[in-house]
Amino acid sequence: MQQPNKLSPFFENLNFERDDNTMVINFGPQHPSAHGQLRLVLELDGEQVVKAYPDIGYLHRGIEKMAENMTYNEFLPTTDRLDYIASTSNNYAYALAVEKLLGIEAPRRAQVIRTMLLELNRVISHLFFIATHALDVGAMSVFLYAFREREFAMDLMEDYCGARLTHSSVRIGGVPLDIPSGWMAQIRKFCDNVDYELEHTYNALLEENRIWKMRLEDVGVISPEDAMSWGCSGPMLRGSGIAYDIRKEEPYELYSELDFDIPIADTNDSYGRYRLYMEEMKQSTRMIRQLILMYDETEPQLMAHAPQYISAPKEEIMTQNYALMQHFVLVTQGMRPPKGEVYVPTESPKGELGFYIKSEGEPYAYRLKCRAPSFFHTGLLQEILVGTYIADVVTIIGSTNIVFGEVDR
Amino acid sequence: MAQHQVNYASTAGLPVALTTVDHLVNWGRSNSLWPLTYGLACCAIEMMASGASRYDFDRMGTIFRASPRQSDVMILAGTLSKKHSEFARRLYDQMTEPKWVISMGSCANTGGMFNTYATVQGVDRIIPVDIYLPGCAPRPETLQYALMMLQKKIRRESANMKNNKKQDLRLI
Repeated sequence: MQQPNKLSPFFENLNFERDDNTMVINFGPQHPSAHGQLRLVLELDGEQVVKAYPDIGYLHRGIEKMAENMTYNEFLPTTDRLDYIASTSNNYAYALAVEKLLGIEAPRRAQVIRTMLLELNRVISHLFFIATHALDVGAMSVFLYAFREREFAMDLMEDYCGARLTHSSVRIGGVPLDIPSGWMAQIRKFCDNVDYELEHTYNALLEENRIWKMRLEDVGVISPEDAMSWGCSGPMLRGSGIAYDIRKEEPYELYSELDFDIPIADTNDSYGRYRLYMEEMKQSTRMIRQLILMYDETEPQLMAHAPQYISAPKEEIMTQNYALMQHFVLVTQGMRPPKGEVYVPTESPKGELGFYIKSEGEPYAYRLKCRAPSFFHTGLLQEILVGTYIADVVTIIGSTNIVFGEVDR
Repeated sequence: MAQHQVNYASTAGLPVALTTVDHLVNWGRSNSLWPLTYGLACCAIEMMASGASRYDFDRMGTIFRASPRQSDVMILAGTLSKKHSEFARRLYDQMTEPKWVISMGSCANTGGMFNTYATVQGVDRIIPVDIYLPGCAPRPETLQYALMMLQKKIRRESANMKNNKKQDLRLI
């Protein structure tokens, strides 16, 4: 093994050749502001970053490889553990890709419920962003307030599917459960509460806060050209003034019927992105309100009717022999989608989340690739960290809103 | 000269409490457990929720510290990959005695659902674990319960750490 010395420090698999007046420091993988297991190796000239090297792979769990040895339904709970802050958006992206492969569509009530859960998860994820970003920058009270609101959203998820964090609430072909009684009134109350708190708590605490503005304004500037060439998506791209949202560009589920705006920020900095997140939450609650009204006009069917791929409802399995046989085959062998490959992008809270699936007609996917937004945003760090000061590094990492479950997979 | 009138022996008892050193030291140790912010994966989010407003860990004297030098208990929250395992061991070694470990979640206990080439199949292969907390991901209430179990365990221990038998990894 190579021996480290003062001029050539050696960090496991990284080798830095450096001039004699710069310092190489190691940031992470256990760092409270590293948002998981990011390890940054920074070369500093005084307090300025000369070179940044994000070292990833500390949470690599081989999820894509696992998918090749699991049936399609078996793999669904594993997708929860990708972006674990908004699990339903992963479940949904995967379910949508398989549905495209099978050529089926979820019934309307399932679509309403799914879209509602997606937007609720967006609120959960964005609240989490505000909480941790503020905590990293030094505003502890915002963390406590945002987690209070987030707990109410978690209660709603728990009432619907029984889980707080790993929901698995969207299935291939629909949703397993109908909305419980009283849930709609609660979510309406939650939306009102979030709108109120956004205006009166978070805005009041942060918007004109001198320290917050000093730490965020003109920090982490990403030019539109950089954002595009590094493959940014979601709020990172819209924060650079490019109005690109998959919900508008390639509408899936019910987004083509909903009335909502795509907020953008044209200052390109962290402060602009923070305001963008705040605005997106308001749009989400606006969409949930429209969906509550749409729910009442739907038929009670929850799972798509496709006996070849999807089990019949439980009542039919218990009463009809043929439905029971099909259910048995689907559980023991798994569904066999037609040969082919599919890629479906969705707009997760962090950006473009898409699953590429290649099927050989077997119950197991031949190859599954997850296109996760955070991976690209982590790569961007090596570009935007150069030239910034060490104190701003934490702000910029917080502002990119990366989650390591989906970076390393 | 005024005479002292209170007869402690007959009224409220002597203003003296008798205890053992073990009891006193463990009372202090168990009620100021400072965990290391060691969030690895999904469970870290529930660990943060435990520290945040609703579940409020602070009332149990549990304040998260960012440095292993200042912490007493390591809550290993999440999947430990083989690439990270070296750091986990290093952080554990950097903590000062007395120190305890809570393994939070299925991944940390046994590798959980990730039985793959990249994942350590249980953190007890790397560091000795005091409390195993099952669940994927465990709810904040269960983390609180795990911490209370650890407090119970500490109160049973001897104040002199040399008398406590720790699992010696070199023997495994």
